[in-house]
Amino acid sequence: MNLNNDKGSMSTASSSVTVSDQFPAGLRVLVVDDDPTCLRILEKMLGTCLYEVTKCNRAEIALDMLRTNKNGYDIVISDVHMPDMDGFKLLEQVGLEMDLPVIMMSADDSKQVVMKGVTHGACDYLIKPVRIEALKNIWQHVVRKRKNEWKDLEQSGSVEEGDRQPKPSEEADYSSSANEGNWRTSKRRKDEEEEIEERDDTSTLKKPRVVWSVELHQQFVSAVNQLGIDKAVPKKILELMNVPGLTRENVASHLQKYRLYLRRLSGVSPHQGNSFISSHSQEPPYGSLSSLSGLDFQTLAATGQIPAQSLATLQAAGLARSAAKPGLPMPLVDQRNIFSFDNQKLRFGEGQPQHMSSGKQMNLLHGIPTTMDSKQLVNLHHSAQSLGSLNMQASAHGNPSGQSSPLLMQMAQPQSRGQILTETSGGQVPRLPTSVGHPILSNGAAGAMLAINGIGENSRGTGYNSVSQTSSVLNFPLNHSAELPGNSFPLGSTPGISAGMSTLTTKGGFQEEINSDIKGSGGFMPSYDIFNDLQQHKPHNWELQNVGFAFDASQHSNSLQASVDVTPSVLVNQGYSSSQRNVQNSNVSAMGKPIFSVGEGSEHGIALNVGQHLNSLLVDNSTRVKSERVTDTSCQPTLLPQHFGQEDLMSAILKQQQDGLGPAENDFEFDGYSLDNIPV
Amino acid sequence: MERNQQLRRQLASMRQSLFDQGHLDEQFILLEELQDDANPNFVEEVVTLHYRDSARLITTIERALEKSPLDFNKLDGYMHQFKGSSTSIGAKKVKAESTQFREYCEAGNGEGCMKTFQLLKRDYATLRRKLEAYFQLARQAGPNEIACRPK
Repeated sequence: MNLNNDKGSMSTASSSVTVSDQFPAGLRVLVVDDDPTCLRILEKMLGTCLYEVTKCNRAEIALDMLRTNKNGYDIVISDVHMPDMDGFKLLEQVGLEMDLPVIMMSADDSKQVVMKGVTHGACDYLIKPVRIEALKNIWQHVVRKRKNEWKDLEQSGSVEEGDRQPKPSEEADYSSSANEGNWRTSKRRKDEEEEIEERDDTSTLKKPRVVWSVELHQQFVSAVNQLGIDKAVPKKILELMNVPGLTRENVASHLQKYRLYLRRLSGVSPHQGNSFISSHSQEPPYGSLSSLSGLDFQTLAATGQIPAQSLATLQAAGLARSAAKPGLPMPLVDQRNIFSFDNQKLRFGEGQPQHMSSGKQMNLLHGIPTTMDSKQLVNLHHSAQSLGSLNMQASAHGNPSGQSSPLLMQMAQPQSRGQILTETSGGQVPRLPTSVGHPILSNGAAGAMLAINGIGENSRGTGYNSVSQTSSVLNFPLNHSAELPGNSFPLGSTPGISAGMSTLTTKGGFQEEINSDIKGSGGFMPSYDIFNDLQQHKPHNWELQNVGFAFDASQHSNSLQASVDVTPSVLVNQGYSSSQRNVQNSNVSAMGKPIFSVGEGSEHGIALNVGQHLNSLLVDNSTRVKSERVTDTSCQPTLLPQHFGQEDLMSAILKQQQDGLGPAENDFEFDGYSLDNIPV
Repeated sequence: MERNQQLRRQLASMRQSLFDQGHLDEQFILLEELQDDANPNFVEEVVTLHYRDSARLITTIERALEKSPLDFNKLDGYMHQFKGSSTSIGAKKVKAESTQFREYCEAGNGEGCMKTFQLLKRDYATLRRKLEAYFQLARQAGPNEIACRPK
């Protein structure tokens, strides 16, 4: 039933004209749900909407169907809770491999889960029982995605993008109506672009698309690791890989994606990037950022350092599958980002002092992901989103100023990667935040921080958000306690973050604290921003949310080490942070308390890097934290403690820092994680 | 004709009482609205699917409740599934009891879980029985008559 139309249109008709006329009729939907009752109902509803429905009750089968019929579907709708595979995992896979819009649905409407969906990149989240009205509009996600992808292609300044030229002639056949035409054209273009992307600059012939198989990807990753994330330039990678037929452009585009991906992961686990941290520790804290930032920074740094191997493995697993899709920057890039973050970090430091304002952050962020194009950014956002999505949304919309909004916005729209970018605006976010943000975010704290900072902080936010998001939010979830192992609080550094995070969660009170934290850390720019925002904007909701994510992120990173088993994508993000986190993640498992989890893993990730200050705090706290652990584990949104492992740490830190923070129960439904405990 | 009219009236009142007694909610009506000529027995089909699938879940939950100590996470998971399925056919009482059950799970209240589960099973059985009778009557009265009745 899926028309495998090479045009990629959703029409059933063969002629483009007919298709466009019918749009959205004929939209090819793949619906996945283990509940036969729901599946049948959805099938009927979608049929009533005149869509072409394929139903499937197993996620694995759905993936097979998608893989064998790459262009056979336009959109995927999936349940969250499925026995054979977690819906979020499926979501990530589809995003990675096929880059199709995915809508999640569940009877569960708790913020955490919704947030998770957002951070994992779902373009929409429906609450069951699903109404037919909700289904009538799903075609918009398809159009939007295509449009954004197209835009991403155009915006991307990378070499491969340059190769892409719109092919107006091709489009001519397509639709009769402008909109559809655009849509189709975009898609078509995108397909074309993908092909061109791999092409050599000088080549006039169309080269076969490079498929990044697992082996190839692993080769790539090992080459990158060998060179060091900072020095990994396409040319050298290409030389190291020594794969005949592979062009520098191929590598460059893949590298971009990889960076985005890393960035997403990194938010969580700064892992052994000690060097990074140490280098940063020397740096003066970001001034106002306070320790938190420093922590984050470090964590981030650490994240950046995340051993390529682990990441590579994860990525290889997850990424390899998807043939370097241009749209998939995710995993690949993230890693890079993390590393690049290191470089950037310095920037942060400069930027920041005193003003937590986004401006600084932006600098940092900007500096970092130079290579990140919007796509990457989007990815980052995705990751960040996980963290910030909650916040972001809240803040983005509500928050003023660019600071939070960019990030928030970005986060809020995890949907297509491209979308995020677009949303964010301007650009600030795009690059930097992702790279920068990631590490930090992943840490969870970072995410939170970022989120708080407002995503709006600008690019920073974006970066952060994405980072943290991916790691924390998604992985965090209740479902995967295992994922976040170690999360709880990133090593030493996180505490600050946690604290920050907690502050975040607390909303209000938090802000003040965070700021203080941030100041201390200085190191972590991103967090800095977050905190800034906090102070300034007091995005309550946002903070919490972010925090959650941030933690998640970190947790995830930690989990990377620990729970690699969790979906690779998840792990990767998280992994980074988790690697960092030595602190127990105990909390992590708890529901996805995103914020903390992120923080945990990302001890590095949290990058809030409060700076040495935090580090010491963390160290001290770690022991303390452990004991303190906030018991949030109860799934409640509790921002912190649970996931984090770090929570303890964070709480410890937070406590120190902020006594006033109240339980984070803000919007996030955190149980009232006692921020009080968290040293501020 | 007479007989048919009588049947239809009976059917209508049966249906109405299901709503009045709180067994069904609007979701059921949405299902009815989905029914059309192409799928004239859609509602019955879905309800049948539901009972087949949920019976399995009920058994699973029952077994899980016999274990000691109780694994609340698992129980919650099962009940989440069950609730989703029940919600989709509009089983109002059962849905409420599922929610209650999950709350007890979250609180770690085994006693509460078991009590609620008993209530749930009872209401589940009642609704199932009533719906079976309803569909049976509907088949007698003529397929077009069911479900398309405006509320």
